[in-house]
Amino acid sequence: MAAAEQGVDAARKEKEEEEEQVVNPWEVSAGKGGIDYDKLVDQFGCQRIDDALIDRIARLTGRPPHCFLRRGLFFAHRDLNELLDLYEKGEKFYLYTGRGPSSEALHLGHLIPFMFTKYLQEAFKVPLVIQLTDDEKFLWKNLTIQESKRLARENAKDIIACGFDIERTFIFSDFSFVGGAFYENMMQVARCVTMNKAIGIFGFNLEDHIGKVSFPPVQAVPSFPSSFPHLFAGKDQLRCLIPCAIDQDPYFRMTRDVAPRIGYQKPSLIESRFFPALQGENTKMSASDANSAIYVTDSAKEIKTKVNKYAFSGGQDSIELHRKLGANLDVDVPIKYLNFFLEDDDDLAHIKKEYKEGRMLTGEVKQRLMAVLSEIVARHQRARAQVTEEMVDAFMAVRPLPNMFG
Amino acid sequence: MGYTKDQLLARLQELKIDFTCYDHPVVLTVEEQAKHVGDLGGALSKNLLLKDKKHRLYVISALAGTKVDMKILSQRLGLGKGGLRMAPEENLLEVLQVPLGCVTPFALINESASAVSLLLDQGFKSKQICYFHPLTNDVTIALSSSNLDKFLISIGKQPAYVDLEAAPAVGKDNPPDLAHLVPSGVPNSSEQPVENTALTIVPHHQNNVPKETEVKAKPKVQSKGAETSSKADKPTTNTSVDKFVNDVFDIISPLFLSETLKKLDIKKEELSSILDDVRGRADPDLKSIAMTLKNASYTNGFHAGFKTMLHRGLDG
Repeated sequence: MAAAEQGVDAARKEKEEEEEQVVNPWEVSAGKGGIDYDKLVDQFGCQRIDDALIDRIARLTGRPPHCFLRRGLFFAHRDLNELLDLYEKGEKFYLYTGRGPSSEALHLGHLIPFMFTKYLQEAFKVPLVIQLTDDEKFLWKNLTIQESKRLARENAKDIIACGFDIERTFIFSDFSFVGGAFYENMMQVARCVTMNKAIGIFGFNLEDHIGKVSFPPVQAVPSFPSSFPHLFAGKDQLRCLIPCAIDQDPYFRMTRDVAPRIGYQKPSLIESRFFPALQGENTKMSASDANSAIYVTDSAKEIKTKVNKYAFSGGQDSIELHRKLGANLDVDVPIKYLNFFLEDDDDLAHIKKEYKEGRMLTGEVKQRLMAVLSEIVARHQRARAQVTEEMVDAFMAVRPLPNMFG
Repeated sequence: MGYTKDQLLARLQELKIDFTCYDHPVVLTVEEQAKHVGDLGGALSKNLLLKDKKHRLYVISALAGTKVDMKILSQRLGLGKGGLRMAPEENLLEVLQVPLGCVTPFALINESASAVSLLLDQGFKSKQICYFHPLTNDVTIALSSSNLDKFLISIGKQPAYVDLEAAPAVGKDNPPDLAHLVPSGVPNSSEQPVENTALTIVPHHQNNVPKETEVKAKPKVQSKGAETSSKADKPTTNTSVDKFVNDVFDIISPLFLSETLKKLDIKKEELSSILDDVRGRADPDLKSIAMTLKNASYTNGFHAGFKTMLHRGLDG
């Protein structure tokens, strides 16, 4: 595991030199031309996922690789090959992902890591822990504790609606679960990270309150099976795979650095790009701008309006010009969305070709996108409607999962 | 028709498994084998073919130096104190299809050996190279345990490594830890374990007895695929959503095909292809509602169990 793992320090220096991209858990901003993922991978020191690795996953799981892998949405990893080596030998692992419940309004970008994690759970037949960092949101946003906890439960319902298997899934919120073995691991991690290091990795400064500074261990320790004695008792060396967006990498760089020092295995990571806002790559999806994203609560009509009016098009200004020059696929948002959500490879290839060469118009592409998105959102809404408070309680109960590897 | 040594070696090459081959005169014991390959730095194995009272067979493959206590092994497998014997010669020839003195994990490549359980010494994992006979005892092949695993996985067997020298207590509070390695008695199918008897999604934990006295101990690390933990007579429920959705289609498809072909003038292939398309498109939604049903059923069971405990305590 050689590659240099730089932190925000280096990013800051570069930023001072030019207007550079900043990527950390609390800020994502691109330079001109959008996020430079090659640079990011280099800077962070993770690996790219190549075709060989995708094939390997397909072979090991006995099913076609998920759309998000094929289309390069999940594109980077740390130690995924090593994890697969062990899996091949019969050694299991568990999945860990999470969400910071800052708002009730979830959009498709939020669902992506969960959709992918669900595939991983099914394909590898492994258990999953999902962390709701209600404490983080309390510390960083202007929320009451009660509100943070309430949002955590509401978000849990949308997460459950993604189709996780209750026999293999444990959802927990920090305010409810932290304590016991989990807290012991938090202290172990905390003792291994100096203030300097934390500032370097996360960009804290002396004006930040100490709640922020002491939060990172909370997000680190779900990577260690001993944090969950009701699930993994006696399996201290069980491996962990963390699907997440690449801006979460700093937490897990820190975790991987600390792990061997406290006798634990380093978690492996599989990381995704950012999901573009409707108005284009350089804009941000924000909870305050309803038109920047498709929300899981949107009706078919709202989806239609948003896609038609706000989805940034790479097509030409007039039909004649468009038929002549074709569309610019690099900036066209509907194509980018279809890239993630249209399952059929041939279908997508056909649309891209026709659109690029000017034979298909923006309107048609958008119509196709509306159909695809409506189907996904409708399915989610139907599942969401059936999630009861009791079901949330069951998912969040500290209970054994006897069938978790079955 | 048993595999020959050459067929086995060819298969290993196909699988791109690294191994080295040593020829020597026929050897019938580990000591004799050691005379020829003992000084080459690898780890010799001793291989036993054992049989239990229900005529189920086990290959125990261990480092030559490991002490294998058959009484303890028998208890750990849940077979009682004297449950294991050395298997008679006929089993070697008929089931493993190898000559005397040639018990080897590689014999499991034979179809006739599909119900044989294989226990591997955990000690192999720490050796760089291990020696085994490749179906004849005038040859020894040397390979790493991970390559052995590769071979075993390729024939649909999940490698089971065991600390053969461990002697855990087996009793009311400690179920036999190797019980999951007892063959199920049905010829090995590498798919899911025994079918459920009714197509209902039953919350899994309804079948669990809270006390761990069952001999059918749930293994701590469930292997995927081949080795099943169920004995042939005990029904198991399958709570797999994937399987449920496939079962639903398997019921509807042939019915739909046959009824439609009676009434409409359409080619069977065309109709099948349409049905496949429909299947593909309905799949995500069907899986979603099946998962919802499963989760809801589990939830109800969970709360019922909780209330029961609350009112009556653990003993119900």
